[in-house]
Amino acid sequence: MSRRRLPLTSLGRVYLGAVLLFLYVPIIVMAVMSFNASQLYRLPIEWSGVWYERLAGNAKLIDAGLNSLGVALVTTVIASALGTLAAIAFFRYDFRGKKLLQILLFPPIAIPWLIIGTSMLIFFFWIGIGRGLHAMVLGHVALALPYVIIVVSARLKAFDPHLEEAARSLGASQWQTLRYVTLPFLAPGVIAAALFAFAVSFDQFVISYFLAVPGVSTLPVEIYTAIRKGFTPEINAISTIIICLSMAVLLGVARFYKFGGER
Amino acid sequence: MAAIAVREVSKHFGSFTALDRVSIDFPDGGFYALLGPSGSGKTTLLRIIAGFEFPDSGHVTVDREPVESVPVEKRDVGMMFQNYALFPNMTVFDNVAFGLTVRHLASDEIRRRVGEVLELVRLTGLEGRKPHQLSGGQKQRVALARAIVIEPRVMLLDEPLSALDKALRVEMQVELRRIQREVGITTIFVTHDQEEALTLSDRIGMLRDGALVQEGAPGEIYERPSSVFAATFLGDANIFQGTAEAGGLRLADGTLLAVSDNAGAAQSQLAVRPEKMWLQRSDDTPAEGTNVIEAQVSQHIFAGSSVTYLLDWQDQTLKVFAQNRGEGVLPLGERVRICWSPAHSVPVEP
Repeated sequence: MSRRRLPLTSLGRVYLGAVLLFLYVPIIVMAVMSFNASQLYRLPIEWSGVWYERLAGNAKLIDAGLNSLGVALVTTVIASALGTLAAIAFFRYDFRGKKLLQILLFPPIAIPWLIIGTSMLIFFFWIGIGRGLHAMVLGHVALALPYVIIVVSARLKAFDPHLEEAARSLGASQWQTLRYVTLPFLAPGVIAAALFAFAVSFDQFVISYFLAVPGVSTLPVEIYTAIRKGFTPEINAISTIIICLSMAVLLGVARFYKFGGER
Repeated sequence: MAAIAVREVSKHFGSFTALDRVSIDFPDGGFYALLGPSGSGKTTLLRIIAGFEFPDSGHVTVDREPVESVPVEKRDVGMMFQNYALFPNMTVFDNVAFGLTVRHLASDEIRRRVGEVLELVRLTGLEGRKPHQLSGGQKQRVALARAIVIEPRVMLLDEPLSALDKALRVEMQVELRRIQREVGITTIFVTHDQEEALTLSDRIGMLRDGALVQEGAPGEIYERPSSVFAATFLGDANIFQGTAEAGGLRLADGTLLAVSDNAGAAQSQLAVRPEKMWLQRSDDTPAEGTNVIEAQVSQHIFAGSSVTYLLDWQDQTLKVFAQNRGEGVLPLGERVRICWSPAHSVPVEP
């Protein structure tokens, strides 16, 4: 498809420049400063990897990073599996209260995390689950589930239910039908949803902060704690690493999501 | 191969009656057409035989064994869907092999059987293509191959040709018939296209509003429709209203339309097929023993080999097909006689 190229007015250029400036310059400055040997951001830059070396020796931050990764991975697996099955159920069956359930998926996306975090803390404390990584996984799964269901449902809209009937008539069991026909069709949607779930969990601060026990926390919580005690360029270093990872994950989402829309 | 029987099957969707106590015998090795307008229940019946739907009451038997409790995948049916439902992520080979793969057959046997069936449907060489790289006719052949490769006891076709354009449809009709004869599978197909039903099947069941209206061989059902609906849905028919009388139907104006002695029960309607009628100029003497009515040509449609006349008769429009034998086309407004043999007067139920 050929599109007419719109001429960019000078006002448009200024606006676009401002958006990119405020969005990316702080990030770039932080990344560059993580390689500056001076703690006080002194210029000219004296290139060095000292903060990364320090980071490698900072067991607290490393542990928190591993916790984050672990919680995110477990959340991703659970939320993707449950969410995909829920989306299939919504697609395949009509049952009492289906509309209500579908509507109930949206508010958690809109309710402020601070409120969700507080209520989860109180509720988990009250029923005896308490705090810790297991509580975080529960919270993150609940948070990621709506995203997964919405993304997978979008892919399912293009699915022809006759394909499942065809498979069954050819002798495939329900499981074989799911394995060879439904899931391969859904794969791009499920992968995109999984990346979403990972991002939701890995970047989560508020709920993790409420549900963390002292000494065992995730990276965002640990960074926040470290900054309160006094800023060191180590934070720049770990932030740069996280940004690179997050960008990679989101580019992955964009790629699979586009695939899902095209086919 | 198997004989299928449907006994007193009823199915309701909410307050809608899709099927109302339908009983049909599908003979072993036959090609049976379920014909009816949309909403007549024909697809529902097919889906009940396949096992996708369950009857509210009644039974389905395959070789006299009831199959209500047998799940779809154990019923051994080959189903062909209207939109073909080919697996988009698989090649032609994998699509056709699917039914064998899920049965865990050895891979060299799978390769042999898929090769054979692709040869049967004339698709050899396209094994590596994906469905979106195929034409409509090729997709249809893949769907057919995929269904017959598992050697099902019965083939179910849901409007298999409706997505194809006309020329391809005629070609596929011939193909379908050839393949069905070669394989000899009991085949049931659903269609709303009367011509398809007539040319393909060796038995037709006509459905209307969830009930079986009439059943028989194509020739039988065409020549001897039992109701106005059967006469007009399958082919064209002129319908005359009157009072039943010994030997025929008395029209309101006093004319007696004769029916042959073996025409069956007297009815207050007669159906006459347009091609059974011929036209005479009103000054010619009518042949002995034929039915004759006077009418006026209101329209003629010249189609080369034949001419379709629409004629005004009383407050009705009648239709007559005439072969083009070189007599020329009758002009509009001409008063003519419509003649037909009493043997072609078919008493029909309202």
